[in-house]
Amino acid sequence: MIPVELLLGLSTVLFFIGFFGFVTRRNLIAMLISIELVLNSVDINFAVFNRILHPGELEGFYFSLFSIGINAAETAVAIAIILNVYRRFHSDQVNSIENMKL
Amino acid sequence: MNLDYSQFFHMMPEVTLMALLVIVFIVDFVTAHKAPIVLTDEKTGPSPRPWFNPLVCIFMLAHILVNICPTESASVFGEMYVTSPMIGVVKTILAFGTLIVFIQARTWLSRPDSTFKEGEFYMLIISTLLGMNMMVSANHFLLFFLGLEMASVPMACLVAFDKYRHNSAEAGAKFILTATFSSGVMLYGLTFIYADAGSLYFNEVAKNLSATPMTLMGMVFFFSGLGFKISLVPFHFWTADTYQGAPTTITGYLSVVSKGAAAFTLCTILMHVFGALMQQWQYLLGIVIVLSITIANLFAIRQTELKRFMAFSSISQAGYIMLAVMGNSGMGVTALTYYILVYVVANMSVFTIISAIEERNNGVTDMDAYNGLYSTNPKLAFLMTLALFSLGGIPPFAGMFSKFFVFMAALEQGSAWAYLIVFIALINTVISLYYYLLIVKAMYINKSENPLPAFKSDCNTRLALAICTLGVALFGVCSYVYDWIFAAL
Repeated sequence: MIPVELLLGLSTVLFFIGFFGFVTRRNLIAMLISIELVLNSVDINFAVFNRILHPGELEGFYFSLFSIGINAAETAVAIAIILNVYRRFHSDQVNSIENMKL
Repeated sequence: MNLDYSQFFHMMPEVTLMALLVIVFIVDFVTAHKAPIVLTDEKTGPSPRPWFNPLVCIFMLAHILVNICPTESASVFGEMYVTSPMIGVVKTILAFGTLIVFIQARTWLSRPDSTFKEGEFYMLIISTLLGMNMMVSANHFLLFFLGLEMASVPMACLVAFDKYRHNSAEAGAKFILTATFSSGVMLYGLTFIYADAGSLYFNEVAKNLSATPMTLMGMVFFFSGLGFKISLVPFHFWTADTYQGAPTTITGYLSVVSKGAAAFTLCTILMHVFGALMQQWQYLLGIVIVLSITIANLFAIRQTELKRFMAFSSISQAGYIMLAVMGNSGMGVTALTYYILVYVVANMSVFTIISAIEERNNGVTDMDAYNGLYSTNPKLAFLMTLALFSLGGIPPFAGMFSKFFVFMAALEQGSAWAYLIVFIALINTVISLYYYLLIVKAMYINKSENPLPAFKSDCNTRLALAICTLGVALFGVCSYVYDWIFAAL
């Protein structure tokens, strides 16, 4: 069996790659991809904790399933909004959508 | 397993909202041909479906009246969903705020450039309200998460509702990205809570949670995820842009109803679920409250755009709302709910006036438009003053009482830390009074070359303003309102 440290290490690395990407990337689609990495690390974490710490129960697995479904819905809405931004501004860069400032 | 359908009787608010959603969908579907999509900059014109808005308002009122009697405590669907008199009161307040939003939305929705989206507007708002009801009633983190997402995904569509306006598209993108990111961070924290407690039921977690560094980290991640939704200070960056870019009616909805639901849920979760970590979260909460109130107040002073100004004002109000949680007592829950109710009427009053003036000022919401408003529209200026006084906390308006109860609830904890925070919050009340009075000064004292000409608002705006102003004037002095909330505890 794969040791639990590796699995948790994987999810932690994924989470922080996503976090870093969200903060540093200046492209809306790249930011969305970074968010997906964060959400995937959550799914891995739930599955790992359920399997290793609470075997015989299903709560963590179910949470993973629901979270995958909801993330898909969120991403669909986000992409629709980003498409609309692209039509308005002809760009998907964050610097170009800074109309509103102090 | 057999499903006992009588369980649905315990979730009446959700059932009636669902029925309302279906009715609005059918009505919109059947009559959509009367309001074809037109792309025009025309701002005035007859509405093709003048009966639509009153119909929805009446159904919403019926929804409130059906559910206004406090429900008895019950837990259904394997204890995932709970209800209690207090939760019933919170749902009534949320529905009341939504009703005001519906009433005042009519002017905006009868414009030719948005009238064909009227049905979508109602459906999206009702589904966010349904999500908030689920979130408030949740007794399991899965249902809580579903409710939260059900509230925030349609909300993103609402923020980007004016899709031909640049600001709205920009605000929508910022909102959906931060909302998704914050729910990711929140869930990451939740995984560690699950690892320790072995269950996601609120009462199981409360029983099994131990104060280890791992759960502490989970709690902090969870807190920051919800902090994004309530826009407390280190997590507030999206607020100003989203509030400014969204259509004014939706900004009002976002700032009162959505924030109120999230604040109440955070309150229940901190008090009941994270009881084992109370010492730690009270420290954390104290720092976040002080930062929210102070930084938002300082930023609000230098704003010249009124919706952006109200965004910073609402961040600082969120700090005051969370102050009630500091006491960790039943009185805190009452004070928080009462604060939300008062905040709903005062803030909706301000946003109704902002949108009435925006309609006459070519969609611009700068503070310059308010210069000399008193000389041309004295009644409107007076109502705005009342609402701002209530937000600032001047007696005898309701805002003063709600602030008082919140401070009392925080002081119940009795530690020097709580006294320090309440003291800082008190100093900040004075600062907030300064910037609320800046608008009053603009309306009464500042001279303007060409002030906004006198205009007569339509009956919906007046009705919304009448309800809000009655609330601002009476919710404080009628002790019945506070008793109603306190009795439900």
